[in-house]
Amino acid sequence: MSGPSTFQPTNPAIKWIERRLPIFGLVHASFVAYPTPRNLNYFWTFGGILSMMLGVQIVTGVILAMHYTPHVDMAFNSVESIVRDVNYGWLLRYLHSNGASMFFIAVYIHMFRGLYYGSYKEPREVLWILGVIIYLLMMATGFMGYVLPWGQMSFWGATVITNLFSAIPYVGDSIVTLLWGGYSVGNPTLNRFFSLHYLLPFVIAGVVVLHVWALHVAGQNNPAGVEPKTDKDTVPFTPYATIKDSFAMVCFMIFFAWFVFYVPNYLGDPDNYIQANPGVTPAHIVPEWYYLPFYAILRSIPSKLGGVIAMFGAIVVLAFLPWLDSARTRSSRYRPLAKQFFWIFVAVCIVLGWLGGKPAEGIYVIAGRVLTACYFAYFLIVLPLLSRIERPKALPNSIADDVLGKGGTSRAMASSLLALVLAGGLIVAGGVHSARAADEHGGATPPSLKWSFAGPFGKFDRAQLQRGYKVYKEVCSTCHSMNLLHYRNLADAGGPGFTPAQALAVASDTTVKDGPNDAGEMFDRPGRLADPFPKPFPNENAGRAANGGAYPPDLSLMAKARNYDRGFPQFIFDFFTQFQEKGPNYIDALLQGYVDPPPADFKLPEGAYYNKYYPDHAIKMPKPISDDQVAYDDGTPTKVENYAKDVATFLMWTAEPHLEARKRMGLQVMIFLVILASLLYFTKKRVWSAVH
Amino acid sequence: MAAVGAAAAVVPLVAQMNPDASTIAAGAPIEVDLTPVAEGQDIKVFWRGKPIYISHRTKKQIEDAQSVNVSSLPDPQPDSARVKEGKDQWLVVIGICTHLGCIPIAHEGAYNGFFCPCHGSVYDTSGRIRSGPAPLNLAVPPYSFVSDTKIKIG
Ligand code: FES
Repeated sequence: MSGPSTFQPTNPAIKWIERRLPIFGLVHASFVAYPTPRNLNYFWTFGGILSMMLGVQIVTGVILAMHYTPHVDMAFNSVESIVRDVNYGWLLRYLHSNGASMFFIAVYIHMFRGLYYGSYKEPREVLWILGVIIYLLMMATGFMGYVLPWGQMSFWGATVITNLFSAIPYVGDSIVTLLWGGYSVGNPTLNRFFSLHYLLPFVIAGVVVLHVWALHVAGQNNPAGVEPKTDKDTVPFTPYATIKDSFAMVCFMIFFAWFVFYVPNYLGDPDNYIQANPGVTPAHIVPEWYYLPFYAILRSIPSKLGGVIAMFGAIVVLAFLPWLDSARTRSSRYRPLAKQFFWIFVAVCIVLGWLGGKPAEGIYVIAGRVLTACYFAYFLIVLPLLSRIERPKALPNSIADDVLGKGGTSRAMASSLLALVLAGGLIVAGGVHSARAADEHGGATPPSLKWSFAGPFGKFDRAQLQRGYKVYKEVCSTCHSMNLLHYRNLADAGGPGFTPAQALAVASDTTVKDGPNDAGEMFDRPGRLADPFPKPFPNENAGRAANGGAYPPDLSLMAKARNYDRGFPQFIFDFFTQFQEKGPNYIDALLQGYVDPPPADFKLPEGAYYNKYYPDHAIKMPKPISDDQVAYDDGTPTKVENYAKDVATFLMWTAEPHLEARKRMGLQVMIFLVILASLLYFTKKRVWSAVH
Repeated sequence: MAAVGAAAAVVPLVAQMNPDASTIAAGAPIEVDLTPVAEGQDIKVFWRGKPIYISHRTKKQIEDAQSVNVSSLPDPQPDSARVKEGKDQWLVVIGICTHLGCIPIAHEGAYNGFFCPCHGSVYDTSGRIRSGPAPLNLAVPPYSFVSDTKIKIG
């Protein structure tokens, strides 16, 4: 897209097409011969990484849509059946859900890079604004996608965000009704979100084409911020940029794979493993991590309309950046003051993100207000002022000079930026983690136990799963349902290791109501492998009535739906040690946490029991199990301690039945990617040795 | 002309987003029997997908609600404007926080009214906003007493 093509095909077929549609010439000019500045650092590879992530999201998303049902009664279970029953469904789902986070990590690095090196300045204003539009579209897509699994956070996130529009004077309420297609978030809302969530990525792809087009007209910016003048300043896109981008992409994939295969729920919210319930608000509503800074801005303004305006303003202000910062020097490398303020701004964004995950009270609100002011001051005061008063350092004459002059400092800056972004991400994650824990006030932290399924090589202990199943069946199942499990699952690979015959024997011990038969009557028959585990109560109200008003929750996903605070800096280590066992720790602790009589100063409500680990301590479930209640036939001591651990293991398996397959594949993928990355690294060294 | 045509074509495209006939039909009025709700208790019913709190207020709660200096409230409204005349003991409000739509918890917060866990709005025993980010009092749905112990919401 830059100037007349120099592409000279020799193949007659290509020639024939080229005369009618010069597409090969276009590709050649844009991605082969296209000159790129030779001093680009690795931050310039994130454009390519973002295109890759868009591709990943579209491919996995289209496939997931083939299995997903957008209906309030079925959406949650259809996502679970993708994960459980569809071949490699767990992989596709985790790729897609973690892919969204990766997409945002990459886009934030990409944007901060643009900010630091002044990539929005003349003649790249339109390029930058197209980028802001893509970012907005990404936010909308991500938000609607998060609603689709129809968990508690999906539902309440949707409620809170759509209600933002009710702040608009006069027409607000009608707009919200229009968005919902009802009087509250419901089935019509879910349907239209699904439709739009499917559409928007293609709109993004369209704007990306414009973005790349504008990029190829204006040419890439570079760390020195001076335009290429001679041929010595540039290198052709292929092989130089191609090989470098490929290497960076594979490195990014390693990072991505770490999440997908080892900590797939690290960035997710445990509450979203509970099906949406319009009657119960989770104690603490947190949006996905990538919205947190804006959420913090929303909450720090005491007026509703003001908060909404500030939140949208925080994004819209980005589009005006090219005119707010009118300094001639592009790169902050040569702007000593702008550089310092840039880093302060990065810190402000990160801390805002952390605050967004905190409950809105006391010191957090005040800090949020101060930082919101800083956020806007950066754009509206600091940048315009700096462009008037700052005296930039001398620029290098050309890009070639810059490359020969100094590579060291820029590389140091690059790695410090990367480190900061990573640290920032983890702090934000920590904010989310501890915010979720805030609702567990009063519950003691469960001890961390050793689990056979923890870590990169974790596997379930078959005998333990079988014992856990026994405990579940003889004790828990009298009150708790297990809706997502079927008898056939008992014989699944990576499960308790029943033979199909054994599983069938278990199933046929039960009677199942079936029908109607030819005479139109319902009849009883023995259970089959395909039957789900039986429900203890015909419906929720019956369950409530039998349990003093508290409905015993379904246990299928319990091990992923419970959480507690691990505190700073533990949650950072958790990412590296692949700690994913909060649920089992909590279940194990809860089953052993009954204290009778309760501490003297605790006022126990009627019909409740004191439990050390239960939030607020008053649990409606009586102590469910005591020593020697369930007979074990493998000689394991029949102590509560063992019952608790075995059943917690069993529940981990029911929540994550493909855990073993996931970790196994993770190892293969990691080995492959590391080898590929090192090959690419050495190829890249060879290719670039001529220009360095 | 073309502009008029285009504008007219937009009408069905946008109007389809509003609640459809079945949603509207399902939003018809409901009747609630109040006899099982003892003094000091409250129940939650759903109408149009929204939770409605029906509280049987105690003497003290009613007094608390009536004794406030109305002009000092963020959204000034006397208690009498929020209940039906002669039925002071019954408070019927839509249990949706006027901030961003969470469901406040009954019998919580500094005024023993409602407390919204999402961003900390506190409502009093009349469902009026007292502190926090919510701008308005909890809405009172349209309702009427069919008999002494039965109301019709909608
Ligand atoms: S939704 Fe209730 S305080 Fe925000």
